[in-house]
Amino acid sequence: MIEAIPDLVHHYNHWVSIFLMVCGLYIVVARGNMVKKLVGLTVFQTAVFLLYISAGKILGGTPPIIAEGYEHYANPLPHVLILTAIVVGVATLAVGLGLVVRINEAFGTIEEEEIFERGEQE
Amino acid sequence: MIADHLPALQVVLPLVAATVCAMVDRRHVAYVIALLTSFAMPLIAVALLIQVLDQGVISYAMGGWEPPIGIEYRIDVANAFVLVILSLVAALIMPYAARSVAAEIPENKQAWFYCMYLLCLSGLLGITITGDAFNAFVFLEISSLATYVLIAMGADRRALLAAFQYLVMGTIGATFYVVGVGLLYTMTGTLNFADIAARLQELDIETSRPVLAALAFITVGIGLKVAMFPLHAWLPNAYAGAPSVATAFLAATATKVAVYLLLRYFYTIFGFDVVFVQHPVAQVLLILAVAGMFAGSLIAIFQDNIKRMLAWSSVAQIGYILLGVSLINHTALTGGIVHLFNHALIKGALFFAVGGFALMAGTVRISQLAGIGRTMPVTMAAFVLAGLSLIGVPGTVGFVSKWYLVLGAFEAGMWWVGFLILITSLLAVVYLGRVVEVAFFRDPEGGAAKAIEPPLSMLAPTWILVAACIVFGIDAELTAGTAMQAASVLIEGLR
Repeated sequence: MIEAIPDLVHHYNHWVSIFLMVCGLYIVVARGNMVKKLVGLTVFQTAVFLLYISAGKILGGTPPIIAEGYEHYANPLPHVLILTAIVVGVATLAVGLGLVVRINEAFGTIEEEEIFERGEQE
Repeated sequence: MIADHLPALQVVLPLVAATVCAMVDRRHVAYVIALLTSFAMPLIAVALLIQVLDQGVISYAMGGWEPPIGIEYRIDVANAFVLVILSLVAALIMPYAARSVAAEIPENKQAWFYCMYLLCLSGLLGITITGDAFNAFVFLEISSLATYVLIAMGADRRALLAAFQYLVMGTIGATFYVVGVGLLYTMTGTLNFADIAARLQELDIETSRPVLAALAFITVGIGLKVAMFPLHAWLPNAYAGAPSVATAFLAATATKVAVYLLLRYFYTIFGFDVVFVQHPVAQVLLILAVAGMFAGSLIAIFQDNIKRMLAWSSVAQIGYILLGVSLINHTALTGGIVHLFNHALIKGALFFAVGGFALMAGTVRISQLAGIGRTMPVTMAAFVLAGLSLIGVPGTVGFVSKWYLVLGAFEAGMWWVGFLILITSLLAVVYLGRVVEVAFFRDPEGGAAKAIEPPLSMLAPTWILVAACIVFGIDAELTAGTAMQAASVLIEGLR
């Protein structure tokens, strides 16, 4: 048991991002307000960005520059990938918020429960 | 010269056309652009398929950056086949779209509809053609974002809710996929499919938990896009709410591409042994596939909206395709892959016919379509023939798929699976029979009484698909033959 602890602490970056991921997912599932759902979704996505970026970091590593004195550098590829993923995430959020605006216009509310109640009355 | 760049053109052409559509923002110009692009797609796809069958795997270095550093487009028989399915559906849907879109989408949004359609097409083709894990994610999101917008364009305000629901679930799915790819990257240091596969060989997978976690994340993530039972909740609402053209396009293509990506991961990347021999993925898939077949067919029986009914039927049909994967033998996999193609034909034809009802009778509710078989006999006949294919009557494509699936089940020593396929086919008789009964044996009333046949531009694509259902049902040499080759390629892997 005790031997396992250094191993767990060693990967603390994973624990942080998994905690954030689960938080995000919980918000998506537990909240009926659509804007809050999108906030949860964004937290969820951002947690995954952290997972990538922390994996590219080398302890004591420098920025990836080709020059003297820069021998052990962080892996730049995860950063580039996440740059793309951030753009995708922003686009998703924008489409999601756009839909919420349209839903608010059409139904007069962005609370899921209220919409479903009305749907049953119709 | 230009033939060398066909793999890039396949994806770039619709991508550029989409931006042009958005910039001109004139609905007629946008339509012509979308039409011409869609017609060019099957030419490129068929040329690629012929090249692959002739010379083997094509590897295209995007932007001249050699793989595994650069993004590789890699085409073998399996994805060339999927490319052909996608682009044929695209080419048929555009002539059909003109009248239906004009009636269902507000004028100022029609150019955007075509823009989104082209983006979606480009994304789907990109997922199919690419040999790079992260590039696949980007294309997945391009197609998904376009799909959310397409669904939200539906006339009913509930389409907005369906689009939002799909956006939330789809994003969770895509993010799961990214987590999986990230774990694979940390373990192998590469994103190229072939390269990942080669380096996983060198790892001891049993002790490498991140790789197994990656398998789980990727399976669930893509499973959401496939609408694998029980991750299908977004699909019925989305298909029921979207405009008719979008529904037909998505039903015929989107889930198929996701299934292809899943097959790619199972067979090419993780490898047959890891997924099916060392871990019980197939057993889990088998249970989910059968559950999907039954749940989808049973719920379809109780739907009044034909679009929703066919959407539930799609959940069941995806079950058949996954069944072909889960029986882990060559015959069943052939059945699964050939059903990818056949289901695209069948559902395309059915949704085309339903789009005709929506346009001419103004309703897609079964209860309001009484007597539609008398006022729109040509459209209804197409619906019936496509329906027979869905059930799997001999002489239609549905029979070919189910034949291979049943044979595969017996080969796997699971005769009871063959029996289950038969039962779910009978359930299909029930839900399609309801439509036929109302359409032919009741007196026309309401919108159905005044309905006339839709224009030729809509009838012709419908009947081309129906004819294909029959032709490929009688002579399955071409489709089943190609599917068999694709199955061999997948089982042997890239090596």
